[in-house]
Formats: sequence, C-alpha cells, structure tokens
Amino acid sequence: MSVLINKETKAIFQGFTGSQATMHAEQCIEYGTNVVAGVTPGKGGMTHLEKPVFNSVKEACTQTDADTSVIFVPAKFTKAAIIEAAEAGISLIICITEGVPVIDMIEVTNVLKQHPEVRLVGPNCPGVITPGEAKLGIMPASIHQRGSVGIVSRSGTLTYEAVKQTTDTGLGQSTCIGIGGDPINGTSFIDCLRMFEEDQQTDSIVMVGEIGGTAEEEAAEYIKSNVTKPVVSYIAGVTAPKGKRMGHAGAIISGGKGTAQDKFKALESAGVGVVTDLNLIGSTLKELL
Amino acid sequence: MNLHEYQAKELFEKYGMPVSKRSLITNKENIEDALDQINFSDGCVAKVQAHTGGRGKVGGVKLCRSIEDVKVFVDQWLGKNIVTIQTDNEGLPVNVISLEELTNISKELYMSLVVDRGSKSISMIVSEAGGMNIEEVAETNPEKILKAQLNSDFKILEDEVAHIAKQLSLNESQSKEFNEIIDSCCRLFKDKDLSLLEINPLVITDKGHLHCLDAKINVDENALYRQEDLTVLRDASQEDQREYEAKQSDLSYVALDGNIGCMVNGAGLAMGTMDTIKLYDGEPANFLDVGGTATKERVSTAFQLILSDKNVKGILVNIFGGIVRCDLIAQGIIDAIKERSVDVPIVVRLQGNQSDYGKELLNQSGLNVIGEDSLQLAAQKIVELVR
Repeated sequence: MSVLINKETKAIFQGFTGSQATMHAEQCIEYGTNVVAGVTPGKGGMTHLEKPVFNSVKEACTQTDADTSVIFVPAKFTKAAIIEAAEAGISLIICITEGVPVIDMIEVTNVLKQHPEVRLVGPNCPGVITPGEAKLGIMPASIHQRGSVGIVSRSGTLTYEAVKQTTDTGLGQSTCIGIGGDPINGTSFIDCLRMFEEDQQTDSIVMVGEIGGTAEEEAAEYIKSNVTKPVVSYIAGVTAPKGKRMGHAGAIISGGKGTAQDKFKALESAGVGVVTDLNLIGSTLKELL
Repeated sequence: MNLHEYQAKELFEKYGMPVSKRSLITNKENIEDALDQINFSDGCVAKVQAHTGGRGKVGGVKLCRSIEDVKVFVDQWLGKNIVTIQTDNEGLPVNVISLEELTNISKELYMSLVVDRGSKSISMIVSEAGGMNIEEVAETNPEKILKAQLNSDFKILEDEVAHIAKQLSLNESQSKEFNEIIDSCCRLFKDKDLSLLEINPLVITDKGHLHCLDAKINVDENALYRQEDLTVLRDASQEDQREYEAKQSDLSYVALDGNIGCMVNGAGLAMGTMDTIKLYDGEPANFLDVGGTATKERVSTAFQLILSDKNVKGILVNIFGGIVRCDLIAQGIIDAIKERSVDVPIVVRLQGNQSDYGKELLNQSGLNVIGEDSLQLAAQKIVELVR
C-alpha cells in the first residue's frame, strides 16, 4: 500500500501541451506512471506524448476514466482549472503552479467545500510520488527508493533533501507529498499524517516545515493524540529575520508568530524527533527506529 | 507590495470610506500650495509617508498649529530618512509628507482584514483598543479582540456586524456607519487583491462619527498582473535596492548581515542553507532563491546581486536539481565567474538532475571552485574559507 497515488492511478495533465508540462509529463510516463490523457483547451483531438488530448477535463474523464489530475496551467488560469477538475469528477487534484493569487485560492476553497470527495494537493508544490509505482510532479525520480518512510513537506527542494537522506540510509519512501508553501492550500500536514498513520507500508514519518503560520503547531497537537508511528521533523528558517518574506508567500514571521523556535517547541512536546541540522534527518530517523 | 498611507486613503475614498481631507508636499516650494488645499484654521496633522509603522513615536506624525510648524516639520523630514522600530538602522527615505485636516477624537478603535490561513478565508479583527499595537493587545487582553470571518460572498452578515457593534458600545447611527465601512473594506479587499487592510485607529470623532484616521494596505504580489492601477503605485525607494532588482529578474532575495553569500534553488532549501551555515558558526549574507526555472542568465544576475554586497567574503551555491538541470547551473557559474573575475572563494554543492555532469563541468573549468557532495561539508568548507 501507499497513499494518494499508486499503480492503479489514472492521471491526466491540465495544460498538457505547454513546455513545462510536456517535460514533466514525459518523465512521469517514463517512470511508469499511468498517464491516460492530457487537457489543453483548443487542442482537443491531438495526440501528445502518444496520449490523447482533450478540450476539457469532463471530456477526458468520460473517455478515459481518469481519477487524478496534475495542473501545470499558468497562475492566472489555475483557479478555473482546479474548479473544472473538481466539477468534472476528478478525485485527486495536484496543483504544481506557483504564484496563484490568495483570493483565487479562497474562492477555490469555497467551491471545494461543495465537493468533499475531492482532495487538492498544492498549489505551489512539487507534487506526489509513490516510489516504484507512480510519480505525479516535478521531483527528480532518481533520488527516490521504495520503502517505509512517509514524507510530507511545505517546500520543494527541501523535500528532495529529506528524500535523499532516507534513501541513503536505506529506509526508502512509501509516499512523498509536497503540500506547497502558500498561505492557503489544499491538503494539510494533518491530512497527510492521518493518511500515513493509516497506511500499512508507512512505518515512520518525516515532516518538513518552515516558518510562517501555525500549521506545524496544529500538526504537533494532532500527533500528540493521533499518531503512533515515529515522526521526525525539520523546520527551515531558524535564522530568518522577522517581517521578511522568504520567497514563499507563506514563509514569514509576523507579529512574533510562526517562528521556527515556536514550532520546534510544539513538536518536541508532541514527542516528535526534532532535527535542527538539515543534514541529520535521515540519521535521526534511523536512530529512532 | 505595500502602499503609502495617502495611497491607501485614496482607495478608501473611492470606496466611500470616511477619511480626512489632505494634501501632499513633495518639495519645500509647494508648502503654501499644499496648505491652500485644506482647511488650516486650527492647524493640521503633518505625516511622514514611508512604508513603516511607528512613525508617531519618532516624531514622524505631528500636530502643526502654524505655517511655521509645518515648515519646521518639512525641513526636519523631507529628503531625510525615517528610522523606526520597524525599519533597519538606515531607515526609509521620506519623499512625501501628507498634511491632514484635524480630527477631534473621542474614542479610538482598531480594525483590520487579514488572510486567515487556519480558516482558509479572510478574517476581520476589531478591537476597542485602537491606536495600540494589536499583537500586544492580543497577548495581554485577548478578550478585547473581536473576530469575524468573511463568508463565501466575501461579506460579513449584518447580524454579525450588529453583534460586534453592540460589543463596541456603538449607538444606532454609528452601527450603521460601521456596517458601511465593513462593507467597503470587504469589497476593497477582494476587488484589489489585498493581503492586509488595517485601520488603526478607526476613531469616533467628537461629533460621534466613525472616521479612518490611518490606513495601511498590502497588496498580494501574485495578483499584481490584474491590478494595473495599483502596480503603478509601487514606490521602489521604500524597498531594499537589491531586493527590488532581484524581483525584476524574478529572483527572490533578502539581504542579511553576514558575509557568506548564498545561492540556492527553492525557498525552503534557501532557508535551510542559511540555517546550516549558522549552525556551523558562519553568518549568511543573504537569502536568495533562484527559483525552479533557473537559467544561465539568472545565475549570472544572482552572482551580480550577491557580489554587490561588499560584506560578502565567500559564496555557497546549493542546488538540488529537480526541474533545474545542474549542468546548466554549473555552466552559469563558470560564465559568471569568468565575466566578473570573482575573487572570493566559491563552494558549490550540486545534487539531483544532471549533477554528475554539472560537477564534471566545474572540475574541467580550471576555476577555483570547490565542489562538495553534501550540504554539511559544503557549509563547513565555506565557513572555514571566510574566516
């Protein structure tokens, strides 16, 4: 088992024929992911990467039974793309696009409330990979290895760092989920923790957070009473100055809230193995097991 | 992106919100003109326009009873820098001073709209403790903080507003004004893609009317493409010059105090790299995310930015190639070093996509670039080299 995606997943790409989507779709297909089609409005009827292209998600779903969509459309079209996927019956939407306006994400959230069966991962995230089964995102496949660690992270390249270390220590990964660094996103740390706790393939969990907001503190509360598997956590931004946005729209210490120290404290009190040296994620986890 | 108070008030006016009549001084010659545009019978309030709070505490907001007072204020501030608790030691340049007609205050309230991550919506925060630092109030007197959430139509229902008005002891006509202000704020927030709207203080005047005495607005950078009228309000003089330049090239840069320049792909890893340097007793000179689509040109610009900071004594490049191809980054580094005759030590750590090829390019370049496989070793190395 694993979470979110596996060999059975039938995926489509929205914004399929764009250059970024093409490059990444190609790698996902090469990895063995079951990509069944793509969607680009106005290009329906074409064949791209040997897959059929449809004008709408609805059409793609009817023709191919797709259950998952990966979104690569430009930020200004992302709101419409997510809503289109949700209304067409896609159950897992993975949104890679970065730079989506916050107001758009609030509107998306409101629409998704009417579709409780739909899960959104992202936006502004590297995607999801279940090593050896399916890759839907922009992560480099080569660093992954099928195994037992569930990884959830707010940051893209920082996830790769954690992945590589769990590969190097021989533990490997069950599923890696990038939830994205924006202030308002779909899937939360808690959603992922719940899924990893229930997943039989997952024996331990790595949670990579960063400064800003209180998602890590909420996750710590959840872990306290709901997670029995060992959890190791790293938080980026200990040295970040107050009031300065660190790249991600969400990464900012404002009003004294959202500091790495606050997060470390909350996680420690929940029994999480807190790692302050980014290089020790893998070895700390190994020691804990 | 931040707006100046006067720009925010112009927006307030467009949305029918009560603000003071004001005029702007941008050079010492137009003081008289500015005074002619407002009612100055009892004086006015002169306010420094800069992207910072805490102006009042350092004399940047002042009651002026005479023309002479105004002249003294303008002499003191125009063309100078204002340093507050929220700025760095250099402060921010004062290029505009706003003169406002007097408002007699009987009570000060606080009001703001912010993006609420927890509820994935916009929250309104109101408090009877106006004029104060709201974070302090939240710490010391949490019962004084009233909250309401905007619904899916980006509105707060009248019943809810009435309930809050009652808690603030507003009378009937004030409640009506309060409702109108909230309605305007909600529309403004959504229409203009704001990330923060704050009125502190929102006052009750001696005549019993609600009035927006201060105005603070932040705009969502991601939405500027559809807010052309706000984009032109950007005041680059209020932003760190290098941060501003970086933004023009789609790089994300934040200047820090240390001497190790960092170039990293991804915001999280960039923070993680800073933290690692610090952990090994080094001091990062900056946060710099070259992004997911780093090209040779962007690497070159990134180097230029890092080197424009004279404190930089060494550079650590940390790239974990996902989308980014490490060989392209390596070529970018080689070109940048050759172009700029870089004379500080450079440690490069490449991982992921095409990293072996990238390392090979660096090795063959004959340049004084030290390659390391792990971030740990790379950080230790650069810390040692800048000592």
